[in-house]
Amino acid sequence: MERHFDASLRELKEQLVSMAGLVERAIDNATLALQNRDPSKIKDVYEIEKKVNLSHIQIDGSCLKLLALQQPLAADLRLIIAIIKINTDLERMGDQAVNIAHNAERYLKETPIKPLVDLPTMFSQTRFMVGEALDAFVKTDLALAKDVLTRDDQVDALKNKIFRDVLELIKSAPQGIEAGLDLILIARNLERIGDHATNIAEDVIFAITGEDVRHSGRIETIKEILK
Amino acid sequence: MAPHLIPNNAPNRTPSSTASILEVRDLNAWFGNNHVVKSVNLKAAYHSVTAIIGPSGCGKSTFIRCLNRLHEETTHATVSGKILLENIDICPPSVDPVAIRRKVGMVFQKPNPFPSMSIFGNVAAGLRLAGIKRQSVLKEAVEKSLHYAALWDEVKDQLHSPGTSLSGGQQQRLCIARALAVEPTVLLMDEPTSALDPISTAKIEELMTELKKRVTIIIVTHNMQQAARISDQTGFFLLGELVEFGDTSQVFTAPKENRTERYITGRFG
Repeated sequence: MERHFDASLRELKEQLVSMAGLVERAIDNATLALQNRDPSKIKDVYEIEKKVNLSHIQIDGSCLKLLALQQPLAADLRLIIAIIKINTDLERMGDQAVNIAHNAERYLKETPIKPLVDLPTMFSQTRFMVGEALDAFVKTDLALAKDVLTRDDQVDALKNKIFRDVLELIKSAPQGIEAGLDLILIARNLERIGDHATNIAEDVIFAITGEDVRHSGRIETIKEILK
Repeated sequence: MAPHLIPNNAPNRTPSSTASILEVRDLNAWFGNNHVVKSVNLKAAYHSVTAIIGPSGCGKSTFIRCLNRLHEETTHATVSGKILLENIDICPPSVDPVAIRRKVGMVFQKPNPFPSMSIFGNVAAGLRLAGIKRQSVLKEAVEKSLHYAALWDEVKDQLHSPGTSLSGGQQQRLCIARALAVEPTVLLMDEPTSALDPISTAKIEELMTELKKRVTIIIVTHNMQQAARISDQTGFFLLGELVEFGDTSQVFTAPKENRTERYITGRFG
C-alpha cells in the first residue's frame, strides 16, 4: 500500500524536476546566445530566472511543511534534505545563467577578440554534467551521480586554459580587454555551474546511500588544520 | 528541568563512558513453546539511553522484562542466555531476583502508584521493604528521589496526600521517583509516556536526559520521534530478533538493514 507521504514526496520531486528543467533552459539560452551570436535568447534567461526564484521559495516551503508535519526518517529524511540542498544549487545555477547572459550581452556588442574554441567545449561538458546530475536524481542512479564527480576536474582545467589563453591575448592586444574579461567571466560562471552540478551529484549519493562524499579525500586534512 | 536537580557530585559509576554496564549475550525467551526473543546480543554503555523499537508483538517488552528477571514470573515463561550487569551474570537461579530488581528498576506504561499509599509512602516503599526504618533516612531519600524525578517542587507541600491524587504525568514521575529511591544502576521503561499528554511526555523526556547522568536507561517506545530525541543507541526488534542495533543518529538517518528502513519510514508494521 502506498503511503500518502509517498504522493507528497513524488509531488515534491516533480516540483524540483520542473525547476531543474527551467534552469537547464536558462543555461542553454545563455550559452546559445553567445555561441550563435543571438541576443534574442537573452531575454528568455531573465524571464526564466524569475520563475526559478519562485520555484526556489515554493520548494523550500514544501520541504518545511513535510519536515514539520510528517517528521520523515531514514531514506525519506535524506531525500528531503537532499532536495533542500539541490533546490539551492539549482537557484544558484539559474543566477549563473543570468550572469552568463549579462556577460554575453555585453560581449556581443564588442568586436570578437577570437573565435570561440574552448568555450563551446566547456559549454557542452558543463551542460553534460548538469544533465547527468539531474538524471541521477530522477532515476536514483548512483553510478550516474558518481560519474558526475569525475568530470569536474576537466571543466576546471578548461576554465584555467581559457583564463591563460585570453590573458595572453589581451596582453598583446589591450583594446580587447573588456571582451576578454567577459570571456573569462563566462568561463568562471560555467565552472561554478559545474561545481553546483557536482554538489547535486553528492546530494544524490547522500540521498541514496546516506554517505557524505563531500570534500572527499580532503576532510582528514581539514580536521588536522582545525585541531 | 533545572540542571541542579542532579548534583554535580553525583557518583560516577564508570571508569569510562564507553564501558558497558549491561551486556546481553545470546538471550532467548519463550512463553511455553512460543519463542519470542531470539538470540539477542546487545550492550548498553554507562549513562546512556537505549531505545528499543519495533512493531507490536515483536518481543521488545519481553526483552526488557528479562533484564530484571520479571519475564520468569509469568507461568510457563523460560529464558536462556546471559545478562551481565556490571560483568556479573544475573540469570542463574542462585541470583536473588528481588536483589536484581533493586539494581534494575522498572517503570511501566501506565502509572501505577500504590493506591493505598501517600506520595511519601510510595517513594519510601522500596526502602522500607529493604528494611530501612529510620525516618530521617527515609525523608532524605524521598526528597532526593522526588528531586531527581523533577517532582519535588510540585508535591513538597502535599507529601502525605495519596499518590493517586496526582495527574497522570505526575503519577508517572512519582513511579520514576519510587524506582530511583532504591538507587538502581539501570532503569527500564516500558512505553512510559504512551498514556500521557504531550506536556507530560516532554517533561519525562527531559527527565530522562537528566537521569542518564545517574542511571543507564533502556526504554521501549512506539514513538519513533521520541526514540530519536532521547536515546543514544537504538535497537530495532522484529519477530523476536534484534534486526539492527546502533547509534540512534545512524539508525534514523541511514539504517543498515532494509527491514529497519521499511519500519521507520512507515512502510510496514
